[in-house]
Amino acid sequence: MNIDVSAIFQIAGIGIVVAMIHTVLKQMGKEDMAHWVTLIGFVVVLFMVVSLLNDLFQEIKTIFLFQ
Amino acid sequence: MEIIQIVGLGLVATVLVLVVREQKPMFAFLLAAFTGLFIFLFIIGKIEAVITVLEQLADRSGIPSIYLKTILKIIGIAYIAEFGSQIVRDAGQESIASKIEFAGKILILVLAVPIISVIVETVLGLLPVGS
Repeated sequence: MNIDVSAIFQIAGIGIVVAMIHTVLKQMGKEDMAHWVTLIGFVVVLFMVVSLLNDLFQEIKTIFLFQ
Repeated sequence: MEIIQIVGLGLVATVLVLVVREQKPMFAFLLAAFTGLFIFLFIIGKIEAVITVLEQLADRSGIPSIYLKTILKIIGIAYIAEFGSQIVRDAGQESIASKIEFAGKILILVLAVPIISVIVETVLGLLPVGS
């Protein structure tokens, strides 16, 4: 398993930092940039979650004899 | 003492989710999903050991392996459906969650049909012939 507990802190950190950047960019009047930042952060986190989900499904398939 | 690790992980993740939710609810949801996945992956190794023992027992007692395979598939479907529906329910989509559970129940029923028919045939064989 290549993902460890620190990934959870990574996700929380990404969330907080993205929220911060969003606020700063909004204060600067760059609404569209702020939304792009949010979207990119979301995609990064979504990628982590989906890869872990793939791991889980493969494990369940091999363990519970779905093949 | 893995339970301490898991409970600690859950508590920390809960606090983080509460912190993040105020800013970005999307990230809070993904964080909760990630934590659930992580705990599941942590535990599934233990399930593997238990299932190996079950297979040895079934081999020794001469149960046809098709029954054990069916039961294992049912357990797998139950785990996946429960997990998915809980994550969806966390996101607030109650109706989709109940549909996932419904689909899981139906798929389990479909897998269980051969076993049920075997049981019915056995019971019919026990009954005295003619009346």
